[in-house]
Amino acid sequence: MGDAKRECIVKRAVLELHDGIYVTLGIGLPTLIARYVPPGLNSFFLSENGLLGTGLHSAEQDPDPDLINAAKEPATAVRGACFVSSDEAFAMIRGGHIDLAILGAMEVDEKGNLANWMVPGRMVKGMGGAMDLAVGAKRLVVAMEHTTREGKPKIVRHCSLPLTGLAAVDRIITEMAVIDVTSAGLVLREIAPRLTVDEVRRNTDAELVVDKDLKIIEVCSEPL
Amino acid sequence: MIKTVSGAHEAIEKIQDGASIMIGGFGLCGTPENLIRALHEKGTRDLTIISNNGGIDGLGIGLLIGQRQVRKMIASFVGENRLFEELVLKGELEIELLPQGTFAERIRAGGAGLGAFFTPTGYGTISAEGKETRAWNGRHYVLELPLRADFAFVKAWKGDRHGNLVYRKTARNFNPVMATAADVTIAEVEHLEPEELDPNFIHTPGIYVKTLFQGSGYQNRDTLNRE
Repeated sequence: MGDAKRECIVKRAVLELHDGIYVTLGIGLPTLIARYVPPGLNSFFLSENGLLGTGLHSAEQDPDPDLINAAKEPATAVRGACFVSSDEAFAMIRGGHIDLAILGAMEVDEKGNLANWMVPGRMVKGMGGAMDLAVGAKRLVVAMEHTTREGKPKIVRHCSLPLTGLAAVDRIITEMAVIDVTSAGLVLREIAPRLTVDEVRRNTDAELVVDKDLKIIEVCSEPL
Repeated sequence: MIKTVSGAHEAIEKIQDGASIMIGGFGLCGTPENLIRALHEKGTRDLTIISNNGGIDGLGIGLLIGQRQVRKMIASFVGENRLFEELVLKGELEIELLPQGTFAERIRAGGAGLGAFFTPTGYGTISAEGKETRAWNGRHYVLELPLRADFAFVKAWKGDRHGNLVYRKTARNFNPVMATAADVTIAEVEHLEPEELDPNFIHTPGIYVKTLFQGSGYQNRDTLNRE
């Protein structure tokens, strides 16, 4: 996926953070979100391997082998951070203390079912912390490209891949659209500039209700 | 109480073929490198290893996988080891994958004397297959059983002669729970303190630790873009 597309998704996803938020980011694309947090916004990122208050690591710093994030990258601890054990980190997650989880996905369906850990027939690497995040986070946002590399829709009627969680997803953010999962089905809230609703529908394999107050995704100003 | 031994080899003397061993660490961070190396040199076989990850080729648990010492792994994420994949596909290595929070909590339950617990994690997924489920207040839960092992290898930053341990930063991870859930817990520490640790600032009380020693030669590197 092109850098412009990723940047669009990440820049829109970062708008989901509010001041004072406790967030967990999934591995892959979501990790980029940490780089775009506006300077004035107070937030604490939980790395489920045991750091509440994860900060970015810069190339100028010597990596500390004892300080990594959940993606096993070098990290830093921000002011006010706290190191915890893994069982404690997952108690925070499962116990509903994390305000927002932003994860990638392979598929999301009309009921908000999430599939993001396994493709049958390929080597199974394990689910890691994804299933706990799916049940525990107060709010779950999926940040992903709208279609696969081959152009297949990732937003579908029913997930065909093994599930990570039932009815777990609240919002989907792609380079094309912002879609909410509601009891009335999937609702298109925002659309990328220069895109039509038809184009979004053609790339989505599920019913889409269009919000009467449909907005443009402002942060995606560059042509994709 | 003095619990120190000379080193890893002395610490693992009693470990026989077929043993189950919990090994602390997240990737290579907080992994008891000296104990793994000693076990690798000893060549003990047919092991059941309980650890969050499967190591990387030639490092950490990857050493034990490489020497075909492991019969079964209970883990949460094993994507970083090529040989691991190969052995699983060939049917030479058995693998049980658990959600990471369930993995941690099953071990905690094992150390804390619980018979079982219910978690919402994995309900409606493959993870819940074959397991009892229940609902309370409209929320569904999956029954999970405690996890224990014959031995636990933990890595700590500091330890005193009584086995009290303190961990450093994210090298803590699974080490504290694993220390509680084995019949014999062996700790390797970077610094064996001559004085007792401050009782206000202990992560693992010495009651859980059978023996400990000061380790050496810590390589411990984690790189994401290794290839």
